[in-house]
Amino acid sequence: MIRSELIQKIAEENPHLFQRDVERIVNTIFEEIIEAMARGDRVELRGFGAFSVKRRDARTGRNPRTGESVAVEEKHVPFFKAGKLLRDRLNGS
Amino acid sequence: MSDKTLTRMDLSEAVFREVGLSRNESAQLVESVLQHMSDALVRGETVKISSFGTFAVRDKTARMGRNPKTGEEVPISPRRVLTFRPSHLMKDRVAAGNRG
Repeated sequence: MIRSELIQKIAEENPHLFQRDVERIVNTIFEEIIEAMARGDRVELRGFGAFSVKRRDARTGRNPRTGESVAVEEKHVPFFKAGKLLRDRLNGS
Repeated sequence: MSDKTLTRMDLSEAVFREVGLSRNESAQLVESVLQHMSDALVRGETVKISSFGTFAVRDKTARMGRNPKTGEEVPISPRRVLTFRPSHLMKDRVAAGNRG
């Protein structure tokens, strides 16, 4: 399933809404999640899962081609953990 | 970092502000989006949201695990797990927003 198919499904279920509004709704949801994580916030969607930000400490990396050492700065990465309900559903219960 | 936790309520509030539907309808739409994504994943489909990320289901085979407390061997049955791969855009924005 891709973004446009998701929008299509929501549009079919809501014939009273304009397609462009459904697009804005779906885009707003994903945009809001990214903005929250960019602020360092968590987004917890019970049953579905939680988006959070994890810190990766600075480390000395290596250029795999030349073997040369390079300093990698501390950085923050997005992380998602599936919720219990969804995990259980994936395994047929 | 502000370390707040957002919930469905915050997402529906954003939809409410953006599109001007009722709060109730905004909440239902957020719920439908999550429901459709979950249903697709349960069917085994990959959910690919451009400029956000990709949710995929992976099959794990059975293996022997060990109870770390007792050292006892226990079988772990085959199961399906969900993985999320953030898009480059998401990674860049999260990295930039949390820098320094």
